[in-house]
Amino acid sequence: MRERTKKDLIFLFISVVLYAIFEGLMLTGFIPPYMERSIVTICINIILAASLNLINGITGQFSIGHAGFMAVGAYVGAIMTVKFSLPFIVAILAGACASALLGVLIGLPTLRLSGDYLAIATLGLGEIIRIVILNISYVGGASGFMGIPKDTTFTWAFFVMIFTLLFIRNFVDSSHGRACIAIRENEIAAEAMGVNTTRYKVLAFAIGAAFAGVAGALFAHYNYMAHPGSFNFLKSFDILTMVVFGGLGSMTGAVTGAVVLTLLTFLLADIPELRMVIYSLLLIILMLYRPQGLFGSRELSLKMFTRLLGGGRRDNA
Amino acid sequence: MTMLKTSKVSIVFGGLKAVSNFEIDIEAGDLVGLIGPNGAGKTTVFNLLTGVYKPTTGQIEFDGKSIVGLKPYQITQQGIARTFQNIRLFADLTVLDNVKIAYHFHVKYSVLEAVSRLGRYHSEEAEIEEKAMRLLEVFQLADRRDEVAKNLPYGEQRRLEIARALATEPKLLLLDEPAAGMNPQETHQLMEMIRWIRSEFNLTILLIEHDMSLVMGVCEKILVLDYGSVIARGTPLEIRNNPKVIEAYLGEEAAGC
Repeated sequence: MRERTKKDLIFLFISVVLYAIFEGLMLTGFIPPYMERSIVTICINIILAASLNLINGITGQFSIGHAGFMAVGAYVGAIMTVKFSLPFIVAILAGACASALLGVLIGLPTLRLSGDYLAIATLGLGEIIRIVILNISYVGGASGFMGIPKDTTFTWAFFVMIFTLLFIRNFVDSSHGRACIAIRENEIAAEAMGVNTTRYKVLAFAIGAAFAGVAGALFAHYNYMAHPGSFNFLKSFDILTMVVFGGLGSMTGAVTGAVVLTLLTFLLADIPELRMVIYSLLLIILMLYRPQGLFGSRELSLKMFTRLLGGGRRDNA
Repeated sequence: MTMLKTSKVSIVFGGLKAVSNFEIDIEAGDLVGLIGPNGAGKTTVFNLLTGVYKPTTGQIEFDGKSIVGLKPYQITQQGIARTFQNIRLFADLTVLDNVKIAYHFHVKYSVLEAVSRLGRYHSEEAEIEEKAMRLLEVFQLADRRDEVAKNLPYGEQRRLEIARALATEPKLLLLDEPAAGMNPQETHQLMEMIRWIRSEFNLTILLIEHDMSLVMGVCEKILVLDYGSVIARGTPLEIRNNPKVIEAYLGEEAAGC
């Protein structure tokens, strides 16, 4: 048990060091201001990928409507700061709660579906959310929600991301998380072992949706505005691609996927003609040579390094 | 004390009456065998008892309470655990995690305690791990704890499935063809183990089996199912000499000889 606390502390320590490095580089101007945008975007994308991974990778419920939950968080958060002049933290929490609530409401009926049926239902759902927002003039309708204060800073994005990662990892590494994994592995057996499968599917869906909402709130408060077009199904696929790229079911995979693909998008921004070509080629190559994603369902750990250094031998316990 | 009692349980799939008027009365501590030719409805009976199917008519009482209409997980929480005919382990998880999952519904710590790692989280996790390891030791799987379940040899997978079922801490254990795919020696070991776990865990066991040596050797009472109806019940000796049973298994002429 002390092992677990030690790991938590090491993780927190590394995060603080990372934060200090990045913040230092930004303050001294080594990282130019335009690069700050990509770093904040990476943080937001990590939150999105990690939360989708909880639904798709850990619980095995293939959802592709994540942008919809992000939109709910963005708009509810923006309403809090713009219309009610409430502090930013309230906006984030309200976004999370609204998304989670919607996740539960939508999860209860749709999570009876499985596989491709669930995928199509969630895809439709994301679009419904977007189109509903598009038609609410209270939040700006098709022209977008303007005048949102720019409250999201690197500090906010970074520490909210750390909180998200810790939350989801600790959840997965508990009996509740194991119940979710059991559902992914074999739903019938999970039920026979006394796991209330509906409850845990909806719970995972709600937690995932909540953090998508958090990411949405951060996103809206970074871009001065929220526009329904930012939350279309392509955004959902972007997040899904990050998770699959890193390896479904692996938290470190989701983080890596978010970092690599976001950076790639920024690097390729200079050559717009070839951007999507290179991006898609890379994905095709990955799927051909490593269909399970970079990490498979494993986590990056010290053990993994020693195994790699040991010539890839599998040590039989 | 009656542990499980069914009265006139029937289930109809379309026009097919898969199980009709199934009656069973299991006392605490019994070791009962359910046999019958292929397609007789044995597994359907298990699925009825564990809530996978809801009986079309009839009543099932476990520990004095009706369990008809409960979901499978609720029935497991009441104290009925099962194994599957075609092994259903959590194939990509480790042996230890397979067993830990089965302790899940005994866990009292909340999601918040899990996420914040405060409160009962650490003590209960330690307890689960300890219990799971003890169970693995009993089933001689302790040294396999970090092995992925699908990589285990067949016999060990069967053992793990029983260990996992026991981790739910049941009162009644349903074993669906535990000896399927085992050689005679493994079957013999399994027989010993079934007897032993019954006394060790204070269990009542109902098992489906095709292997006659196992059923005759280990069960005290046997029910024979054919075309969804119970055609005979009694001690192994009575079953062995029952003409109806011989007919069901070997055909009419053989029974006549």
